[in-house]
Amino acid sequence: MSTTVKPPGAPETAPEIKGAAVRRGDQVFLGLSRGAGVLILVIMAAIAVFLIWKAIPSLQANTANFFTTQDWTPDADPAYFGIAALAFGTIMTAIIAMLLAVPVGIGIALFIAHYANKRLGAALGFITDLLAAVPSIIFGMWGLSFLMPQMQGFLQWLATYFAWIPLFQNDLGIYTRSIMIAGTVLAIMVLPTVSAISREVFLQVPREHIEAALALGATRWEMVRMSVFPFARPGMISASMLGLGRALGETIAVALVLSATYTINWQITEPGGNTFAANIALRWNEARPTGLSALIASGLVLFVITLAVNMFARIVIARRSEFSGANS
Amino acid sequence: MSTQPPVSPAPDERVESDRLLHDALAGGKLPRWAAPAAGVASLVLAFGLNVVTFVDGVAGTLVVAALLFATIQTGWSFAVEGRRHAVDRLATTLVYTTFLVALAPLVAILLTVVVRGLKALDLDFLLTSMRGVSPRAEGGGVYHAIIGTLEQVGIAAMIGIPLGIMTAIYLVEYAAQARSRRLARAVSFFVDVMTGVPSVVVGLFIYTAFVLTLGMERSGFAAALALTILMIPVVVRSTEEMLRIVPRDLREAAYALGIPKWRTILKVVLPTALGGIVTGAMLAVARIAGETAPLLLTTFMTTSINWNPFAGPQAALPTFIWDQFNSGTDASQDRAWAAALVLITIVMVLYLTAKIIARFTGVKR
Amino acid sequence: MSLSRTSGLAAVMIAGALALTACGSDGGSGTSSSAATSTIECASGSIKASGSSAQKNAIAEWVNAYIAACPDATIDYQATGSGAGVTDFINKQTAFAGSDSALKEDEQPQADARCASGPALNIPMVGGAINVVFNVEGLDTLVLDAPTLAGIFNNSITKWNDPKIAALNSGAALPDATIAQFHRSDESGTTDNFTKYLIAKDAWDFEGGKAWEADGGQGAKGSDGVASAVKSTANSIGYVELSFAEDAGLSSAAIDNGNGPIEATSDNAAITISSATVKGTGNNLPLDIDRAATKGYPIVLVTYEITCEKGLSGTDLDVTKSFLTYTASADGQAVLKANGYVPISGDLLTKVQTAVAAIG
Repeated sequence: MSTTVKPPGAPETAPEIKGAAVRRGDQVFLGLSRGAGVLILVIMAAIAVFLIWKAIPSLQANTANFFTTQDWTPDADPAYFGIAALAFGTIMTAIIAMLLAVPVGIGIALFIAHYANKRLGAALGFITDLLAAVPSIIFGMWGLSFLMPQMQGFLQWLATYFAWIPLFQNDLGIYTRSIMIAGTVLAIMVLPTVSAISREVFLQVPREHIEAALALGATRWEMVRMSVFPFARPGMISASMLGLGRALGETIAVALVLSATYTINWQITEPGGNTFAANIALRWNEARPTGLSALIASGLVLFVITLAVNMFARIVIARRSEFSGANS
Repeated sequence: MSTQPPVSPAPDERVESDRLLHDALAGGKLPRWAAPAAGVASLVLAFGLNVVTFVDGVAGTLVVAALLFATIQTGWSFAVEGRRHAVDRLATTLVYTTFLVALAPLVAILLTVVVRGLKALDLDFLLTSMRGVSPRAEGGGVYHAIIGTLEQVGIAAMIGIPLGIMTAIYLVEYAAQARSRRLARAVSFFVDVMTGVPSVVVGLFIYTAFVLTLGMERSGFAAALALTILMIPVVVRSTEEMLRIVPRDLREAAYALGIPKWRTILKVVLPTALGGIVTGAMLAVARIAGETAPLLLTTFMTTSINWNPFAGPQAALPTFIWDQFNSGTDASQDRAWAAALVLITIVMVLYLTAKIIARFTGVKR
Repeated sequence: MSLSRTSGLAAVMIAGALALTACGSDGGSGTSSSAATSTIECASGSIKASGSSAQKNAIAEWVNAYIAACPDATIDYQATGSGAGVTDFINKQTAFAGSDSALKEDEQPQADARCASGPALNIPMVGGAINVVFNVEGLDTLVLDAPTLAGIFNNSITKWNDPKIAALNSGAALPDATIAQFHRSDESGTTDNFTKYLIAKDAWDFEGGKAWEADGGQGAKGSDGVASAVKSTANSIGYVELSFAEDAGLSSAAIDNGNGPIEATSDNAAITISSATVKGTGNNLPLDIDRAATKGYPIVLVTYEITCEKGLSGTDLDVTKSFLTYTASADGQAVLKANGYVPISGDLLTKVQTAVAAIG
């Protein structure tokens, strides 16, 4: 660019960077940021490769079917272990957590966004956000010390009057340390996450949509049903998926609450059950090399499950957002 | 445009539409005292049921009262106001109920931590370590654990935040170029994958890879590595969002002035998005400050203060809480709850700071 | 503007952090509740050890006494479990390991390899009793024998007023209630030694080991978990170490090993432990405990400190030797009794002291 005569009194302009220096600066920066991206790939590849490598010895030594066996003795001779009970426990607790947390979380989000007055809504939103950051070990401590004793009465009532549903039958008369309780603790842990993200999405619904519905004479519920939910559906799904991911991977709270057994027991108010993450926490320190390898194998299965859930959520959201107003 | 004259509705249709219109605009409405009346009635009924039938306990009575309230109010509204408003009232009741139901345990948790934590919390507790204090004795404190957590989280942040921001910059600013598109897509996919790695699996990875295979000792640094892996995807995603919000016009104006791309990013885009980026980073830090499982596998507990995160055992708040909670004695339980209170406070301070920064830089987060 | 606010905030936080670093200290300087610590030959430096959680409280008391006398030393013991302790030791991460069972056949050569110039030693240091604790309204004493114990813990005896229990406890008011049985959900040497007793009496159909194998009952994490579960559940029973039973204030059952009911006390357990025979050679002292025929309390465990006879160096050597010399001394073992553990005594203690003296 040719320089021109500077008008009198004009401030000194910053020196221009031109030509080779520009290209070098760009190249360096591009290299740095690309390097960061590549480093992420390298880290992920390292984790995957290393874990698979370390998991193989136990899988080779296993004399039982890895996917259908309900036992965990990888350090015995011969090794005999399988993830059936772990998978059942993980999925069951996650389902219970989701069934409890998603409706309630969306209910709170709805309350804050559309039913409460502004100040109350802001304060409550703040509290739920804060609760989403509470460390999970505290949920575990609270669940064990306070929730479990309090839930006894309810579970007993459930087993008495709903015994016609096989799920709620209880043959032992003991209601502590069950999958039901672990699922409830997980639900409370996941609730703020689901609620916080749903709330953000609800608040982003364009005001025109809301006001159009109200102008047409819709009741508040109809407005929510017509304007808010369609718009917010991808967000609600992503909130639930995030919560689900957290519930699947939760370690400490479940390790404290569950009475770790390796059997699939559909009567979920009875004590017993185990999850992938809790199993790792309970077993890693006494595990000999084969045992550690088996734990890594189970960790990989958990990782794959969480990955599948995430991918599924992305697909659902991507498909839905084509139809929602989010792209406008 | 059609020129057909409007057709008047058939006789019964007209009655129906008139009726609907009439209902909506001037139809019966429940009196103002309807809700409280229904509430009182349902409480009384529930109490009666409590005395007479199988319903028992405070919780049971309240639940039955709530159910009765919903039924009474909805039924009454249905009779007076019509179906639409009845459904609306039912929905309102449900929303209020879920709100109350959800708030109860969450508030209970906060209260529990505060009440039980304050028992052992004093200045001594914050400034002393556990050196020389046996698990059953009273006294001792979390000073060594606070130092450990701050250092481990600090190192993780120093590695993770720049890495995350640079990756986000790559994904947003450079991904459009044809050359980079595939790499950017791969990186984006793997960031998603990283989000899904359970924290205990990351801990297991660092333990088997660095401690067992490479012979590195269990230290604060090993924990920091695990925490970095956990925080990177969070930082990348939130920074990405913030960068995308920066209007394209801003960038193009800078390019039009002849400013090279890297300078644009550094001097124009980043400062604009800075508030949101800082908020996202602080949220990520708050999240990893409370992680327990990876720390259990990668650090070595100690009761003394260790300022060096690269060598030697180092305590941290989550592992301190875990250790004290599992010691079983009254004194150690009190210490566990007090440490939990300290941890929550640190996390919330970080969180509040993030919110304040977001407020001041005008970012809607 | 946002930049200066952000940097202002950062400055405040850094200043706060710096202020934090100025204060604070290793306040406690060790409890001097135990006997004369002036006999300790001090070493300085810091070492790491890890392993059994059964001896966690004992080690804590010892360490506190040690650093009260030797403030320049730091001993960090992490109670991650016997298996992790042995792994850490073999991987040169720790100076010694605490383990509820002696090194296994395949572990001994690995441990020997870790010690550059000499074998690895199993040195018994902490004895413990495993109490069968119970919580039944109105029941203060309970007598059980091996078959009944096995029946309760493998769920074949399900009610408190089962005839087998009544036969051993004539006159006791046993309720017609389901037994709420608690065991360990995590792997532990306590489970290992508890089932070793049942196996020694031919009452247990399972293999034994650190993991709980039987169906039924509930698992709680850690001995403190079992103790607090038993304490808070009516009509419950479980097994925990003596110190945990004392801490929780729970009643323990007396075990009839063929010579009448024996109470679960430190002295009774000491009878069993001191009659153990050494099955190793030289200074390696893995023990063979005769649980089936002992006249003392039969459900015991012994925790070994596993370290190198020759092969430690530097601080590791100095502090480990000095510390273990203290713990093996009469003063050290006296600390055990006061804290709900069982001291090693007699000939066995002399052998232990010789082994410790050989370290270097």
